Amino acid sequence: MLEPVQKVGRSTLDSLQKLGRANLFLLHVLTGIPDILRRFRLLFAQVYSVGVLSILIIGVSGLFVGMVLGLQGYYVLSDFGAEQTLGVMVAASLVRELGPVVTALLFAGRAGSALTAEIGLMKATEQLSGMEMMAVDPIKRIIAPRLFAGIISMPLLACLFSMVGVMGGYFVGVGLLGVDEGAFWSQMRAKIDFYDDILNGVIKSLVFGVVVTWIAVFEGYDSIPTSEGVSRATTRSVVYAAFAVLGWDFVLTALMFGED
Amino acid sequence: MQPSRAIETWVGLFVAVGMIALFFLAMQVSNLSDLQVDDQSYKITARFENAGSLRVRAPVSMAGVRIGRVSAIRFDKDTYEAVVEMRIEPGYDTLPTDTTANVLTAGLLGEQYIGLSPGGSEDYLKNGDEIELTQSAMVLEEVISRFLFNKAEGGGDSSQSDAGSTKSGKASKK
Repeated sequence: MLEPVQKVGRSTLDSLQKLGRANLFLLHVLTGIPDILRRFRLLFAQVYSVGVLSILIIGVSGLFVGMVLGLQGYYVLSDFGAEQTLGVMVAASLVRELGPVVTALLFAGRAGSALTAEIGLMKATEQLSGMEMMAVDPIKRIIAPRLFAGIISMPLLACLFSMVGVMGGYFVGVGLLGVDEGAFWSQMRAKIDFYDDILNGVIKSLVFGVVVTWIAVFEGYDSIPTSEGVSRATTRSVVYAAFAVLGWDFVLTALMFGED
Repeated sequence: MQPSRAIETWVGLFVAVGMIALFFLAMQVSNLSDLQVDDQSYKITARFENAGSLRVRAPVSMAGVRIGRVSAIRFDKDTYEAVVEMRIEPGYDTLPTDTTANVLTAGLLGEQYIGLSPGGSEDYLKNGDEIELTQSAMVLEEVISRFLFNKAEGGGDSSQSDAGSTKSGKASKK
Protein backbone atom coordinates (compact mmCIF):
# COMPACT_ATOMS: atom_id res chain seq x y z
CA MET A 1 0.00 0.00 0.00
CA LEU A 2 2.87 2.30 0.77
CA GLU A 3 4.51 1.44 -2.54
CA PRO A 4 3.21 4.48 -4.54
CA VAL A 5 4.20 6.88 -1.76
CA GLN A 6 7.66 5.37 -1.63
CA LYS A 7 7.93 5.71 -5.38
CA VAL A 8 7.17 9.44 -5.24
CA GLY A 9 9.75 9.89 -2.53
CA ARG A 10 12.37 7.90 -4.40
CA SER A 11 11.90 9.80 -7.66
CA THR A 12 12.01 13.14 -5.83
CA LEU A 13 15.25 12.18 -4.13
CA ASP A 14 16.61 10.91 -7.44
CA SER A 15 15.91 14.13 -9.26
CA LEU A 16 17.31 16.23 -6.39
CA GLN A 17 20.42 14.10 -6.44
CA LYS A 18 20.71 14.54 -10.19
CA LEU A 19 20.37 18.31 -9.86
CA GLY A 20 23.17 18.33 -7.30
CA ARG A 21 25.31 16.13 -9.52
CA ALA A 22 24.72 18.45 -12.45
CA ASN A 23 25.84 21.49 -10.46
CA LEU A 24 28.96 19.78 -9.11
CA PHE A 25 29.67 18.67 -12.67
CA LEU A 26 29.43 22.26 -13.90
CA LEU A 27 31.86 23.40 -11.17
CA HIS A 28 34.25 20.65 -12.18
CA VAL A 29 34.02 21.75 -15.82
CA LEU A 30 34.75 25.34 -14.86
CA THR A 31 38.01 24.23 -13.28
CA GLY A 32 39.02 23.20 -16.81
CA ILE A 33 39.19 26.83 -18.02
CA PRO A 34 43.00 27.10 -17.72
CA ASP A 35 43.42 23.89 -19.72
CA ILE A 36 41.26 25.32 -22.50
CA LEU A 37 43.33 28.47 -22.61
CA ARG A 38 46.41 26.32 -23.06
CA ARG A 39 44.89 24.15 -25.79
CA PHE A 40 42.90 26.34 -28.13
CA ARG A 41 42.94 23.69 -30.80
CA LEU A 42 40.50 21.49 -28.88
CA LEU A 43 38.15 24.45 -28.56
CA PHE A 44 38.44 25.31 -32.26
CA ALA A 45 37.56 21.78 -33.30
CA GLN A 46 34.46 21.91 -31.11
CA VAL A 47 33.37 25.37 -32.24
CA TYR A 48 33.60 23.96 -35.74
CA SER A 49 31.38 20.96 -35.07
CA VAL A 50 28.95 22.79 -32.78
CA GLY A 51 28.80 26.24 -34.35
CA VAL A 52 30.00 26.24 -37.93
CA LEU A 53 28.01 23.17 -38.88
CA SER A 54 24.86 24.74 -37.38
CA ILE A 55 25.05 27.83 -39.60
CA LEU A 56 22.98 26.33 -42.38
CA ILE A 57 19.99 25.28 -40.30
CA ILE A 58 20.06 28.53 -38.30
CA GLY A 59 20.31 30.68 -41.42
CA VAL A 60 17.56 28.92 -43.33
CA SER A 61 15.23 28.84 -40.32
CA GLY A 62 15.92 32.51 -39.62
CA LEU A 63 15.11 33.43 -43.19
CA PHE A 64 11.78 31.64 -43.12
CA VAL A 65 10.83 32.87 -39.66
CA GLY A 66 11.52 36.43 -40.78
CA MET A 67 9.51 35.96 -43.96
CA VAL A 68 6.55 34.52 -42.06
CA LEU A 69 6.72 37.39 -39.58
CA GLY A 70 6.66 39.84 -42.46
CA LEU A 71 3.66 38.15 -44.01
CA GLN A 72 1.62 37.72 -40.83
CA GLY A 73 2.55 41.13 -39.50
CA TYR A 74 1.49 42.75 -42.73
CA TYR A 75 -1.98 41.21 -42.65
CA VAL A 76 -2.61 42.34 -39.08
CA LEU A 77 -0.99 45.77 -39.36
CA SER A 78 -2.63 46.68 -42.67
CA ASP A 79 -6.02 46.46 -40.95
CA PHE A 80 -4.94 49.44 -38.88
CA GLY A 81 -3.19 51.17 -41.74
CA ALA A 82 0.08 50.69 -39.87
CA GLU A 83 2.10 48.67 -42.42
CA GLN A 84 4.90 51.17 -41.90
CA THR A 85 5.64 49.68 -38.51
CA LEU A 86 6.19 46.25 -40.03
CA GLY A 87 9.95 46.70 -39.67
CA VAL A 88 9.60 47.42 -35.96
CA MET A 89 7.42 44.37 -35.45
CA VAL A 90 9.72 42.01 -37.33
CA ALA A 91 12.92 43.33 -35.75
CA ALA A 92 11.59 43.57 -32.20
CA SER A 93 10.15 40.09 -32.16
CA LEU A 94 13.30 38.64 -33.71
CA VAL A 95 15.87 40.46 -31.62
CA ARG A 96 14.07 40.14 -28.30
CA GLU A 97 12.44 36.73 -28.44
CA LEU A 98 12.55 34.60 -31.53
CA GLY A 99 16.25 35.05 -32.26
CA PRO A 100 17.53 33.71 -28.94
CA VAL A 101 14.73 31.22 -28.27
CA VAL A 102 14.35 29.57 -31.67
CA THR A 103 18.12 29.48 -32.11
CA ALA A 104 18.46 27.76 -28.73
CA LEU A 105 15.78 25.20 -29.60
CA LEU A 106 17.37 24.47 -32.98
CA PHE A 107 20.77 24.40 -31.35
CA ALA A 108 19.55 21.85 -28.81
CA GLY A 109 18.27 19.69 -31.62
CA ARG A 110 21.20 20.11 -33.96
CA ALA A 111 24.22 20.34 -31.64
CA GLY A 112 23.02 19.38 -28.16
CA SER A 113 21.75 15.95 -29.18
CA ALA A 114 25.00 15.26 -31.03
CA LEU A 115 27.05 16.22 -27.98
CA THR A 116 24.99 13.98 -25.71
CA ALA A 117 25.22 11.04 -28.09
CA GLU A 118 28.94 11.50 -28.61
CA ILE A 119 29.78 11.72 -24.92
CA GLY A 120 27.34 8.96 -24.04
CA LEU A 121 28.93 6.68 -26.60
CA MET A 122 32.39 7.56 -25.33
CA LYS A 123 31.20 6.51 -21.90
CA ALA A 124 29.57 3.32 -23.21
CA THR A 125 32.72 2.30 -25.04
CA GLU A 126 34.75 3.11 -21.92
CA GLN A 127 36.85 5.75 -23.61
CA LEU A 128 36.25 8.09 -20.69
CA SER A 129 37.40 5.57 -18.10
CA GLY A 130 40.34 4.77 -20.39
CA MET A 131 41.36 8.41 -20.21
CA GLU A 132 41.08 8.34 -16.45
CA MET A 133 43.38 5.31 -16.42
CA MET A 134 45.95 7.41 -18.28
CA ALA A 135 45.57 10.22 -15.71
CA VAL A 136 43.82 12.47 -18.22
CA ASP A 137 40.77 14.15 -16.73
CA PRO A 138 37.99 13.53 -19.28
CA ILE A 139 35.99 16.44 -17.90
CA LYS A 140 38.80 18.85 -18.68
CA ARG A 141 39.82 17.21 -21.92
CA ILE A 142 36.45 16.24 -23.44
CA ILE A 143 33.66 18.12 -21.66
CA ALA A 144 35.09 21.59 -21.05
CA PRO A 145 35.95 22.41 -24.71
CA ARG A 146 32.46 21.29 -25.77
CA LEU A 147 30.71 23.39 -23.14
CA PHE A 148 32.67 26.51 -23.99
CA ALA A 149 32.26 25.95 -27.71
CA GLY A 150 28.49 25.97 -27.12
CA ILE A 151 28.68 29.11 -25.00
CA ILE A 152 30.71 30.88 -27.69
CA SER A 153 28.60 29.69 -30.60
CA MET A 154 25.11 30.44 -29.30
CA PRO A 155 25.24 34.28 -29.24
CA LEU A 156 26.88 34.33 -32.67
CA LEU A 157 24.25 32.02 -34.08
CA ALA A 158 21.44 34.04 -32.48
CA CYS A 159 22.78 37.26 -34.02
CA LEU A 160 22.99 35.50 -37.36
CA PHE A 161 19.42 34.29 -36.98
CA SER A 162 18.13 37.78 -36.19
CA MET A 163 20.03 39.35 -39.05
CA VAL A 164 18.84 36.83 -41.61
CA GLY A 165 15.32 37.11 -40.18
CA VAL A 166 15.27 40.88 -40.61
CA MET A 167 16.46 40.37 -44.18
CA GLY A 168 13.65 37.87 -44.75
CA GLY A 169 11.10 40.29 -43.30
CA TYR A 170 12.51 43.03 -45.51
CA PHE A 171 12.30 40.81 -48.56
CA VAL A 172 8.66 39.91 -47.97
CA GLY A 173 7.49 43.27 -46.59
CA VAL A 174 9.24 45.64 -48.96
CA GLY A 175 9.90 43.37 -51.91
CA LEU A 176 6.62 41.48 -52.19
CA LEU A 177 4.00 43.42 -50.24
CA GLY A 178 5.12 46.92 -51.13
CA VAL A 179 5.77 48.47 -47.72
CA ASP A 180 7.72 51.68 -48.07
CA GLU A 181 11.43 50.92 -47.78
CA GLY A 182 12.40 54.12 -45.97
CA ALA A 183 9.64 53.74 -43.38
CA PHE A 184 10.56 50.09 -42.84
CA TRP A 185 14.14 50.91 -41.85
CA SER A 186 13.66 54.29 -40.19
CA GLN A 187 10.80 53.17 -37.94
CA MET A 188 12.88 50.15 -37.01
CA ARG A 189 15.84 52.28 -36.13
CA ALA A 190 13.71 54.70 -34.16
CA LYS A 191 12.10 52.01 -32.02
CA ILE A 192 14.77 49.35 -31.51
CA ASP A 193 17.22 50.32 -28.82
CA PHE A 194 20.73 48.91 -28.90
CA TYR A 195 21.08 48.36 -25.17
CA ASP A 196 17.49 47.51 -24.25
CA ASP A 197 16.74 45.24 -27.16
CA ILE A 198 19.84 43.95 -28.89
CA LEU A 199 22.21 43.58 -25.95
CA ASN A 200 19.48 41.98 -23.85
CA GLY A 201 18.89 39.54 -26.70
CA VAL A 202 22.59 38.71 -26.78
CA ILE A 203 22.62 38.17 -23.01
CA LYS A 204 19.60 35.90 -23.37
CA SER A 205 21.31 33.83 -26.04
CA LEU A 206 24.44 33.58 -23.90
CA VAL A 207 22.38 32.21 -21.00
CA PHE A 208 20.62 29.79 -23.34
CA GLY A 209 23.99 28.70 -24.68
CA VAL A 210 25.14 27.81 -21.16
CA VAL A 211 21.88 26.05 -20.31
CA VAL A 212 21.56 24.02 -23.52
CA THR A 213 25.18 22.90 -23.69
CA TRP A 214 25.36 22.20 -19.99
CA ILE A 215 22.31 19.95 -20.17
CA ALA A 216 23.67 18.25 -23.30
CA VAL A 217 27.12 17.41 -21.92
CA PHE A 218 25.77 16.47 -18.50
CA GLU A 219 23.16 14.11 -19.91
CA GLY A 220 25.86 12.48 -22.00
CA TYR A 221 28.26 12.19 -19.11
CA ASP A 222 25.55 10.95 -16.74
CA SER A 223 23.96 8.48 -19.18
CA ILE A 224 23.67 4.77 -18.47
CA PRO A 225 26.48 3.27 -20.58
CA THR A 226 24.32 1.08 -22.78
CA SER A 227 22.88 1.74 -26.23
CA GLU A 228 19.43 2.20 -24.72
CA GLY A 229 20.80 4.47 -22.02
CA VAL A 230 22.49 6.70 -24.60
CA SER A 231 19.33 6.89 -26.68
CA ARG A 232 17.32 7.90 -23.60
CA ALA A 233 19.91 10.46 -22.59
CA THR A 234 19.78 12.02 -26.06
CA THR A 235 16.00 12.33 -25.87
CA ARG A 236 16.19 13.78 -22.36
CA SER A 237 18.85 16.23 -23.44
CA VAL A 238 16.64 17.77 -26.13
CA VAL A 239 13.46 17.73 -24.01
CA TYR A 240 15.08 19.22 -20.90
CA ALA A 241 16.91 21.81 -22.97
CA ALA A 242 13.64 22.94 -24.55
CA PHE A 243 11.95 23.20 -21.14
CA ALA A 244 14.88 25.02 -19.62
CA VAL A 245 15.15 27.48 -22.51
CA LEU A 246 11.46 28.38 -22.42
CA GLY A 247 11.41 28.65 -18.63
CA TRP A 248 14.53 30.80 -18.50
CA ASP A 249 13.17 32.91 -21.32
CA PHE A 250 10.21 33.84 -19.17
CA VAL A 251 12.41 34.68 -16.19
CA LEU A 252 14.87 36.73 -18.27
CA THR A 253 12.10 38.55 -20.11
CA ALA A 254 10.45 39.47 -16.82
CA LEU A 255 13.79 40.76 -15.51
CA MET A 256 14.79 42.67 -18.64
CA PHE A 257 11.61 44.06 -20.08
CA GLY A 258 9.46 44.08 -16.94
CA GLU A 259 9.84 47.72 -15.98
CA ASP A 260 9.42 50.42 -18.52
CA MET B 1 38.58 14.72 -39.37
CA GLN B 2 39.65 17.61 -41.52
CA PRO B 3 43.11 19.12 -41.20
CA SER B 4 43.12 21.60 -38.37
CA ARG B 5 44.10 24.53 -40.61
CA ALA B 6 40.78 24.29 -42.45
CA ILE B 7 38.89 24.02 -39.19
CA GLU B 8 40.56 27.13 -37.86
CA THR B 9 39.66 29.00 -41.02
CA TRP B 10 36.03 27.94 -40.77
CA VAL B 11 35.84 28.88 -37.10
CA GLY B 12 37.37 32.25 -37.88
CA LEU B 13 34.87 32.76 -40.64
CA PHE B 14 32.03 31.75 -38.33
CA VAL B 15 33.08 34.21 -35.65
CA ALA B 16 33.47 36.93 -38.26
CA VAL B 17 30.00 36.28 -39.67
CA GLY B 18 28.52 36.38 -36.16
CA MET B 19 30.24 39.66 -35.45
CA ILE B 20 29.05 41.10 -38.75
CA ALA B 21 25.51 40.08 -37.79
CA LEU B 22 25.83 41.86 -34.44
CA PHE B 23 27.27 44.90 -36.17
CA PHE B 24 24.42 44.88 -38.68
CA LEU B 25 21.88 44.71 -35.86
CA ALA B 26 23.61 47.54 -34.04
CA MET B 27 23.99 49.90 -36.95
CA GLN B 28 21.11 49.08 -39.25
CA VAL B 29 18.35 47.83 -36.98
CA SER B 30 18.87 49.79 -33.76
CA ASN B 31 19.18 53.45 -32.99
CA LEU B 32 22.81 53.16 -31.93
CA SER B 33 24.15 54.95 -34.98
CA ASP B 34 22.09 58.07 -34.36
CA LEU B 35 22.36 57.95 -30.59
CA GLN B 36 25.93 59.19 -30.33
CA VAL B 37 25.54 61.80 -27.66
CA ASP B 38 27.75 64.49 -29.03
CA ASP B 39 29.59 66.34 -26.34
CA GLN B 40 29.38 69.32 -28.62
CA SER B 41 25.58 69.28 -28.43
CA TYR B 42 24.02 72.02 -26.37
CA LYS B 43 21.23 71.85 -23.84
CA ILE B 44 18.03 73.86 -23.72
CA THR B 45 15.07 73.44 -21.41
CA ALA B 46 11.37 74.13 -21.72
CA ARG B 47 8.53 74.05 -19.21
CA PHE B 48 5.25 72.45 -20.09
CA GLU B 49 1.98 72.49 -18.20
CA ASN B 50 1.51 68.91 -19.39
CA ALA B 51 4.18 66.83 -21.09
CA GLY B 52 1.73 64.06 -22.03
CA SER B 53 3.45 60.73 -22.62
CA LEU B 54 6.71 62.28 -23.79
CA ARG B 55 9.69 60.05 -23.07
CA VAL B 56 13.41 60.50 -22.73
CA ARG B 57 15.13 60.10 -26.15
CA ALA B 58 12.04 61.30 -27.99
CA PRO B 59 13.01 63.35 -31.06
CA VAL B 60 13.14 67.13 -31.07
CA SER B 61 12.34 68.36 -34.54
CA MET B 62 12.01 71.59 -36.40
CA ALA B 63 10.19 71.75 -39.73
CA GLY B 64 9.91 67.97 -39.56
CA VAL B 65 13.65 67.38 -39.36
CA ARG B 66 15.15 65.89 -36.22
CA ILE B 67 17.66 68.28 -34.71
CA GLY B 68 18.03 66.79 -31.24
CA ARG B 69 16.64 64.50 -28.57
CA VAL B 70 14.93 64.84 -25.21
CA SER B 71 17.57 64.08 -22.57
CA ALA B 72 15.60 64.39 -19.33
CA ILE B 73 12.11 65.07 -18.05
CA ARG B 74 11.64 66.37 -14.50
CA PHE B 75 8.75 67.56 -12.41
CA ASP B 76 9.07 70.97 -10.81
CA LYS B 77 7.33 70.69 -7.46
CA ASP B 78 7.07 74.45 -6.96
CA THR B 79 5.38 75.40 -10.20
CA TYR B 80 3.76 71.99 -10.87
CA GLU B 81 5.18 71.96 -14.37
CA ALA B 82 7.12 69.43 -16.38
CA VAL B 83 10.67 70.55 -17.12
CA VAL B 84 11.92 68.99 -20.34
CA GLU B 85 15.62 69.08 -21.09
CA MET B 86 16.74 68.58 -24.68
CA ARG B 87 20.08 68.30 -26.38
CA ILE B 88 20.33 69.98 -29.75
CA GLU B 89 22.98 68.99 -32.25
CA PRO B 90 25.80 71.53 -32.49
CA GLY B 91 25.19 72.25 -36.17
CA TYR B 92 21.82 73.81 -35.41
CA ASP B 93 22.92 76.70 -33.23
CA THR B 94 20.78 79.40 -34.78
CA LEU B 95 17.47 78.87 -32.99
CA PRO B 96 15.89 82.26 -32.17
CA THR B 97 15.26 82.98 -28.48
CA ASP B 98 11.53 83.32 -29.10
CA THR B 99 11.22 79.79 -30.52
CA THR B 100 8.00 78.00 -29.55
CA ALA B 101 8.11 74.40 -28.27
CA ASN B 102 5.07 72.14 -28.73
CA VAL B 103 4.51 68.59 -27.59
CA LEU B 104 3.17 66.93 -30.73
CA THR B 105 2.02 63.46 -31.62
CA ALA B 106 3.29 61.54 -34.65
CA GLY B 107 0.09 60.35 -36.29
CA LEU B 108 -3.11 59.83 -34.34
CA LEU B 109 -1.79 57.29 -31.85
CA GLY B 110 1.94 57.61 -32.45
CA GLU B 111 4.81 58.57 -30.25
CA GLN B 112 5.04 62.08 -28.83
CA TYR B 113 7.85 64.38 -29.80
CA ILE B 114 8.80 68.02 -29.42
CA GLY B 115 8.25 70.31 -32.36
CA LEU B 116 10.04 73.65 -32.40
CA SER B 117 8.79 76.57 -34.48
CA PRO B 118 11.19 79.44 -35.00
CA GLY B 119 10.40 82.98 -33.92
CA GLY B 120 11.73 86.20 -35.37
CA SER B 121 14.33 87.22 -32.84
CA GLU B 122 17.87 88.12 -33.83
CA ASP B 123 19.36 86.49 -30.74
CA TYR B 124 20.03 82.76 -30.64
CA LEU B 125 19.50 80.20 -27.90
CA LYS B 126 22.67 79.19 -26.09
CA ASN B 127 23.61 76.24 -23.90
CA GLY B 128 21.41 76.19 -20.77
CA ASP B 129 18.79 78.62 -22.09
CA GLU B 130 15.10 78.11 -21.54
CA ILE B 131 12.35 78.31 -24.14
CA GLU B 132 9.66 80.63 -22.79
CA LEU B 133 6.87 79.91 -25.25
CA THR B 134 5.50 76.41 -24.90
CA GLN B 135 2.33 74.58 -25.72
CA SER B 136 1.26 71.46 -23.82
CA ALA B 137 0.54 68.02 -25.14
CA MET B 138 -2.82 67.32 -26.67
CA VAL B 139 -4.65 64.87 -24.42
CA LEU B 140 -7.11 62.86 -26.46
CA GLU B 141 -9.69 62.60 -23.67
CA GLU B 142 -9.81 66.37 -23.25
CA VAL B 143 -10.22 66.93 -26.95
CA ILE B 144 -13.02 64.37 -27.16
CA SER B 145 -14.82 65.74 -24.11
CA ARG B 146 -14.59 69.27 -25.51
CA PHE B 147 -15.93 68.01 -28.83
CA LEU B 148 -18.83 66.21 -27.14
CA PHE B 149 -19.57 69.25 -25.02
CA ASN B 150 -19.70 71.49 -28.10
CA LYS B 151 -21.88 69.00 -29.89
CA ALA B 152 -24.38 68.86 -27.02
CA GLU B 153 -24.62 72.66 -27.16
CA GLY B 154 -24.75 72.88 -30.96
CA GLY B 155 -27.77 70.57 -31.38
CA GLY B 156 -29.06 69.22 -34.67
CA ASP B 157 -26.62 71.06 -36.91
CA SER B 158 -23.61 68.93 -36.08
CA SER B 159 -25.54 65.62 -36.08
CA GLN B 160 -26.44 66.19 -39.71
CA SER B 161 -22.88 66.75 -40.76
CA ASP B 162 -21.97 63.70 -38.69
CA ALA B 163 -24.40 61.55 -40.70
CA GLY B 164 -22.87 62.87 -43.89
CA SER B 165 -19.39 61.98 -42.78
CA THR B 166 -20.31 58.38 -41.90
CA LYS B 167 -21.89 57.97 -45.31
CA SER B 168 -18.79 59.17 -47.05
CA GLY B 169 -16.76 56.90 -44.80
CA LYS B 170 -18.74 53.89 -45.97
CA ALA B 171 -18.39 54.94 -49.56
CA SER B 172 -14.64 55.23 -49.26
CA LYS B 173 -14.47 51.79 -47.68
CA LYS B 174 -16.06 50.27 -50.77
